[in-house]
Amino acid sequence: MWFYEKKLQYPVKVTECNPRLAKYLIEQYGGADGELSAALRYLNQRYTIPDKVIGLLTDIGTEEFAHLEMIATMIYKLTKDATPEQMKEAGLGAHYANHDHALYYQNAAGSPWTATYIAAKGDPIADLYEDIAAEEKARATYQWIINMSDDPCLNDSLKFLREREVIHSQRFREAVEILKFEKDRKQFF
Amino acid sequence: MKQGQSHDQERYSLMEKIQMVDFALVDLTLYLDTHPEDTQAVQQFNQLAVESRDLKTVFEQKYGPLRQYGGSFSGYPWNWSDAPWPWQL
Amino acid sequence: MYTPVKCYHPYYGPFDPCPPIRTKCYQTPPNLYLGFQPMNLQQYPLQEALYKGTLWPCLYDPYPTPVPKGGKG
Repeated sequence: MWFYEKKLQYPVKVTECNPRLAKYLIEQYGGADGELSAALRYLNQRYTIPDKVIGLLTDIGTEEFAHLEMIATMIYKLTKDATPEQMKEAGLGAHYANHDHALYYQNAAGSPWTATYIAAKGDPIADLYEDIAAEEKARATYQWIINMSDDPCLNDSLKFLREREVIHSQRFREAVEILKFEKDRKQFF
Repeated sequence: MKQGQSHDQERYSLMEKIQMVDFALVDLTLYLDTHPEDTQAVQQFNQLAVESRDLKTVFEQKYGPLRQYGGSFSGYPWNWSDAPWPWQL
Repeated sequence: MYTPVKCYHPYYGPFDPCPPIRTKCYQTPPNLYLGFQPMNLQQYPLQEALYKGTLWPCLYDPYPTPVPKGGKG
């Protein structure tokens, strides 16, 4: 079971109405290496992985939903009250025609989210390496978005999210070590 | 909807304190998932869990419930579903 | 050795239409070097940890990487 908590994991502030940035951020909402993909990937892998790492997948997967909410908040704030004209100028004309100001699970190029973004091989090592790669890809995506964004407030939140990818990658790397050494783990630690 | 109603500095600073403690709890959780035998970290986790609960109780008395499905008490009338929601703040 | 950025010099041809970028760099975050995190490492104070995005200085990776004083990365 999951519980909602009426708070963001990290404060999200946006300096100005800027639908162009929202268009880029959608990559982390419904893109291949975005937060939705991450949450669903980890939570789905839990059922076929050794007990030792189920807790980690559960906790990182849950944190990803908090990140999804932060990204949604950014997109919401960047586009709230933007006129159709502004949406059009930002390259969101096609989005507006289909969705008005609604958020939609798609990537920055407009491709809808698909389950093919998520790998589930059933092999613990293959799956954890997938997760490590996913974290590094998400980290890189945040870098590219930060490089294009000139909104210092937004960048502050994006840097937080980027750092979380570094931490998640670290923990997944440790999970691999745990699976490698499980039998005689005590003698190593 | 109604504007300004939540533009209250205290709300933001209380929330920030909660975010600080809860963030440490999240990062410690992930750490403990791979370091279950770190006694000190477990102790720190439990201390912070108490701190988090206390901070939320204070916040909720002023600004309404944070935790869903009975994690927090409701006021009367039911105030869980009151705006503002996190993305509106 | 741990440095947060690595650089290389890509080949550029005489007919490349865009002005060449002579040095390309990429990030190598601390998770590539730490190994299994040892116990009892230093932590940031809570007020700072939130804004760093981690409790652990050994895993903090500011981006863009600050340029070190008196030299290029």
